[in-house]
Amino acid sequence: MRIACPYCGERDAHEFTVRGEARAGTLESDPGREFARVYERANPAGPTREFWYHGAGCRSWLVVERDTRSHAILSVAYAKASQ
Amino acid sequence: MRYSALSLAWNALTGHRGWRPAWRDADPKDEYDIVIVGGGGHGLATAYYLAKEHGLRRVAVLEKSWIGSGNVGRNTTIVRSNYLLPENIRFYEFSMKLWERLEQDLNYNAMVSQRGVLNLYHSDAQRDAFARRGNAMRLGGVDAELLDREAVRRLYPFLDFDHARFPIQGGLLQRRGGTVRHDAVAWGYARGASDRGVDIVQNCEVTGIIVEGGRAAGVETTRGRIRAKKIGLAVAGNTSRLGEMAGLRLPIESHVLQAFVTEAVKPLIDGVITFGAGHFYVSQSDKGGLVFGGDLDGYGSYAARGNLPTVEDVCEGGMALMPMIGRLRILRSWGGIVDMSMDGSPIIDRTPVDGLYLNGGWCYGGFKATPASGWCFAHLLAKGEPHPAAAGFRLDRFATGHLLDEKGQGATPNLH
Amino acid sequence: MSLGINRLAKGGLIDRTKRIGFSFDGRQLAGYEGDTLASALVANHVKLVGRSFKYHRPRGLLGAGAEEPNGLVALGAGARTEANTKATLVELFEGLEATSQNRFPSLRLDLQAMNGLLSPFFAAGFYYKTFMWPRGFWERLYEPAIRRAAGLGRASTAPDPDRYEKANAFCDVLVIGGGPAGLIAAHDLGRGGARVILAEQDFVLGGRLLAERLTVGDAPGAAWAREVERELAAMPNVTILRRTAVFAAYDQGGFAAVESAAPDAGEGVARQTLWRIAARASILATGAVERPIVFGGNDRPGVMLASAVRSYVNRFGATPGWSVAILASSDDGWSTAADLGAAGVPVVAVIDRREEVGEAVKALAPRGTRLILGGEVVGSQMRRLALSAIDVLAKDGTRTRINADCLAMAGGWTPAAGLATHLGGKMHWSEKVGAPVATEAAPGMFIAGAAAGAFALRAALAGGAGAAREAATLLGLKAVAPEVPVASDEFGAAVPIRLPARKSRGPAFVDFQNDVTAKDIKLAVQEGFASPEHLKRYTTLGMATDQGRTSGVNGLALLAEATGHAMADLAPTTARPPDSPVAIGALAGPRRGRAFRSIRRISSHCWAEENGAVFGEAGLWLRPRWYARPGEADWLTTVTREVNAVRGAVGVCDVSTLGKIDVQGPDAGAFLDRVYVNTFSTLPAGKARYGVMLREDGIVFDDGVTARLGEDRYLVSTTTANAVRVMQHLEYCHQVLWPGLDVQMTSVTEAWGQYAIAGPRSREVAGALFGGGLDVSDAAFPALTAREVDLDGLGARLFRVSFSGELAYEVAVPANFGWQLFERILRAGEPFGIAPYGTEALGVLRIERGHVAGNEINGQTTAGDLGLGRMMSAKKDFVGKTLAQRPGLVAADRPVLVGVRPVEAQERISGGAHFLDMGARPSLENDLGHVTSVAFSPSLGAWIGLGLLRRGRERTGETVRAYDPVRGRDTAVKVVSPIFIPERGG
Repeated sequence: MRIACPYCGERDAHEFTVRGEARAGTLESDPGREFARVYERANPAGPTREFWYHGAGCRSWLVVERDTRSHAILSVAYAKASQ
Repeated sequence: MRYSALSLAWNALTGHRGWRPAWRDADPKDEYDIVIVGGGGHGLATAYYLAKEHGLRRVAVLEKSWIGSGNVGRNTTIVRSNYLLPENIRFYEFSMKLWERLEQDLNYNAMVSQRGVLNLYHSDAQRDAFARRGNAMRLGGVDAELLDREAVRRLYPFLDFDHARFPIQGGLLQRRGGTVRHDAVAWGYARGASDRGVDIVQNCEVTGIIVEGGRAAGVETTRGRIRAKKIGLAVAGNTSRLGEMAGLRLPIESHVLQAFVTEAVKPLIDGVITFGAGHFYVSQSDKGGLVFGGDLDGYGSYAARGNLPTVEDVCEGGMALMPMIGRLRILRSWGGIVDMSMDGSPIIDRTPVDGLYLNGGWCYGGFKATPASGWCFAHLLAKGEPHPAAAGFRLDRFATGHLLDEKGQGATPNLH
Repeated sequence: MSLGINRLAKGGLIDRTKRIGFSFDGRQLAGYEGDTLASALVANHVKLVGRSFKYHRPRGLLGAGAEEPNGLVALGAGARTEANTKATLVELFEGLEATSQNRFPSLRLDLQAMNGLLSPFFAAGFYYKTFMWPRGFWERLYEPAIRRAAGLGRASTAPDPDRYEKANAFCDVLVIGGGPAGLIAAHDLGRGGARVILAEQDFVLGGRLLAERLTVGDAPGAAWAREVERELAAMPNVTILRRTAVFAAYDQGGFAAVESAAPDAGEGVARQTLWRIAARASILATGAVERPIVFGGNDRPGVMLASAVRSYVNRFGATPGWSVAILASSDDGWSTAADLGAAGVPVVAVIDRREEVGEAVKALAPRGTRLILGGEVVGSQMRRLALSAIDVLAKDGTRTRINADCLAMAGGWTPAAGLATHLGGKMHWSEKVGAPVATEAAPGMFIAGAAAGAFALRAALAGGAGAAREAATLLGLKAVAPEVPVASDEFGAAVPIRLPARKSRGPAFVDFQNDVTAKDIKLAVQEGFASPEHLKRYTTLGMATDQGRTSGVNGLALLAEATGHAMADLAPTTARPPDSPVAIGALAGPRRGRAFRSIRRISSHCWAEENGAVFGEAGLWLRPRWYARPGEADWLTTVTREVNAVRGAVGVCDVSTLGKIDVQGPDAGAFLDRVYVNTFSTLPAGKARYGVMLREDGIVFDDGVTARLGEDRYLVSTTTANAVRVMQHLEYCHQVLWPGLDVQMTSVTEAWGQYAIAGPRSREVAGALFGGGLDVSDAAFPALTAREVDLDGLGARLFRVSFSGELAYEVAVPANFGWQLFERILRAGEPFGIAPYGTEALGVLRIERGHVAGNEINGQTTAGDLGLGRMMSAKKDFVGKTLAQRPGLVAADRPVLVGVRPVEAQERISGGAHFLDMGARPSLENDLGHVTSVAFSPSLGAWIGLGLLRRGRERTGETVRAYDPVRGRDTAVKVVSPIFIPERGG
């Protein structure tokens, strides 16, 4: 799998660490909302957004939009910009 | 027909004309008491125990493809109950006991082979963590032995003891652990369930869950609408997809887990060895292939295939542990889609939708859980309350904080 | 020593001037350069090469390439033994030793061949129906016998002595397969300037051109291939990889290939190299595999694929027999007859299963050959374990026995396009091709030549050129006007008959290696295993080392017949990597032994090595566990001395491995307030504070002392184990949770060497170290001071922090000065009796002080559990705060941190023991927690421990059991405060 890092260019996936489904927003003090943010996943069979960290590169957290059925990568953006 | 040496001999002498299909390939009826979605090990076992233990006959198992096409056919065949947390020890030990009498119960030789499962440790801290686990197992009535380096060497003299980056200090051994011929588990349960009147419907994909007045009332399938009083989902890997059909958002991510088998060779490795420092575990099948695997690829996937870095990582672990396997060739690999839950432990519970029950989140533990999962899910479906052996596997435990986090990795499913 | 009675007088692409000696089962034989092991065996009239898996039937070579199911040998000896090696893929080399497998006592006399007599009992799936009684007999009796009988070759148990490498490559187009289609595609793309990698499994380019008497342009096929290769080799943008099997396709154009060294590559060259290839497009030109014909007795040594017969005769100048019969259901049988005739090998008969064959095709058979149209071979005879005659059933029902020592089967071709399905593409039945073809290849992959079903040479060349054009268009590369040379063409692609011969006698094999017969398939269907995947799993059809290359379509045809399905309704089983078996060593590469994972060394490593240090792994770091001095009896003596030095005088410890993260920016304080449970924005510059971080789920993540070096600048320290994860977490918090905060961070773990000087005399050592340049008195440098200081002109850092409870300082300098500083500290400390101490003493010191570490911060504990709950600020929000309040995480009966001491002072306790009430039955219900860390405390003269005990704080003073059955211990322990030794000076 190869990922086009917006800073470094196209790199092999082994340079990255993936953290799981991307979630919008930040800490919530409401327990229900914080629970949903941290624990619940849409986990779709199809396009999904995930957090990937380019630890062996520019150290950017990225949002990689990827189809979980085909592994096709639809877009890559800085996580910063997506918040 | 009952299977035995005698029936086999009789058939051998009469051209095998007497054998009948192991299970009926049923057409779906319009309505059942209970519909199990998913004709894998767990779904078939559930149906079997519903019929056998609870006398329920109006039961169907709906399988989108051929039975056993999911993870019961794509795993590394290991069974064990060497867990740390009481809830997991109770459940997996219950499963182990069911494995131990499975063949006689099913009249099907699934080749349950208690060859021993050995976890290696490489430091004092790991040894103490294994002691903690081994002692917990002993508290739960499970066999566990803490071995030192020399005892490991006596079992497996060919491991790398002398030039290793992470030298082997010893291991935790569960002698009752071992392997089972995975496909046969699905077939044996299918045969047993079918003989007791369960309809096993293949090529029948569920496309929707009918919810009427907040209650699940049936399923839409590629072979028409099927009504049911209760619906049980046993579709690990695809749990979120099916849950979404009933409006559920679950604490699960679907991930790909790769595994590998080599060309067959004469007996080399007797039991199961897991090498935590190298993310590698291995056993040898009766046919002679080394069966091994490692970590998840790490990204969400429904594609049932992985990528090269994980393959390399697993093989590095293999060579670090057993440098004599360099010339053995990998013959096949596969990727199973596993439900990774948020604490690494499974879910067997009701759902917020009345009449809809969930069996999923099996992470790496699905195959070894098959008998107990079927037993406990059948109990839940038949009686409406959890079986004591699976009482901890509640869906609401994430919200209440009663987590079952064996590895202590938190709400990061790909690290479990 | 013989050069082979089956070697033809002339012809072939072998170098008859270069003789190569080798052995098979100890017999000394010889071949020529250009031979494979298989062709050399053929030339030497070796018919029997192996035994089958289940029935141990005598077997000869079936094929001449990767499809070979029978001709598996053990190559080499000792640690270099390579089991299950296809003789057809081994390039012959001087001194090659090959041994047959799966036989006892010898290949010719194999006792387990008796299994064949029992074959009625050993029908498909027989083992699922028996061996169940009595229960314990499976592991003790049945299974060991089955395991010994199974397996093929024997693997070595000695470490693989050879080296493996890895290489990365990038290209515009990866051309897989160097046959006619691949060659022309690579050539066209190369001329257009594309960066091309051409990978070919064989040691010679040309593919089927090497094995056929076909011409391209005016030249023989092999000569044309040589010329194209010469031109390709001259193009700087083209890389040719011979002996390279592309075995997997991965996402986004990733491919994996393994290149084997030439047999004469010499010492020091890696045995194999794993190529990781990133290709923007790919052309799959992997050819096709001929199918055997299913009839009773089709597995006798001497029954062979027609294409293999042509390979041996045309490419290697060796004939598999001297009276060859041909069984055809496609025209290839006839061209085989023509080739044999041209080579002077007698053809005794051509039996075509089709009733009508074109005159032009018939004309291919040498004059006088017996032709039987609409005939079948229904049996075979064996003499001296090799084919001696075949039984032919003519259209009119008459049976004839024809003496033949070789039967060439031409059952039609199956495209070898497995790689096309690795990325989820599917195979679909094509009536036109008469085989499954890949209809949805991977993105950017074009299939060409026989792999696409274009079996005839002209079509294959046109397909290769077409694929090159399409790839160029896709990539926006210059398209080169294709020059498809005029080629001679084989005869038509008539759809062959696939069903097995009727009325044949004896087992009719579909999967040769796994001994799956036509009967087995019928039985499986009868028992309900009627989908292709069930059939495969129940019978093991297609699961042998040839990966079903020769059995797949025949199996499907039998399944279609048994179930009444059309071929088009049966999906072939999914092909997954590897496309051809690949050695584990190649995939692991150089990462093995000590090089399995990189080693991180501290700056004082060499000093430690020379001064008795025993090292332990801390993640990738090697850290001294203790520094043994001559005469010390055991590790406990040493560690006790080191602890006593710190408690009584002074010690020094290399703590460089702790994670160090430099956090800067106007919002640095606000940022740290959100990642730590306690507050850092209020910390004055020049001070340090202990901090605790939680995960988002409220469980403790990490701890450490963080210093404020300036108004906008903090130095976060992490545990050694979590350095990388904390860095990643802080970046996540900043970039994902609060991108608006003006803060930057970088890891400086490796940039600094850092040393703890601890003990009552540490101030004197620190004073001596800095000379008069720095006042380190308590007044000028109080506890938790953190300052950038000058050390002889070197920018250093001095912290007054303590892990041991003793007066202590930590000094840090740029890492490349680390070992000098370490030695200076030792010199400065010498008058005070300074002793270096390792991680074991560090552990004792922190346990005595009740400090938690990795054993307690285990990913399952809350701050409350560890006695750190009061640090959690109520005034601010921080990561993990909300979810830490969940009922299960604040329950009163959670195990919490306590200290424990054995009631009997001499007794020992160990980490991992579980707590039980005195007298309670050992059970999960009665489990109260566990011992997390233990140490022998020299100060107390006893073993002490930390543990997590249910309601532990309420139970101080009580006695509980530390139950440790895996070590055979059960010790009464007293619950005490986790702080065994009070703070002294900090």
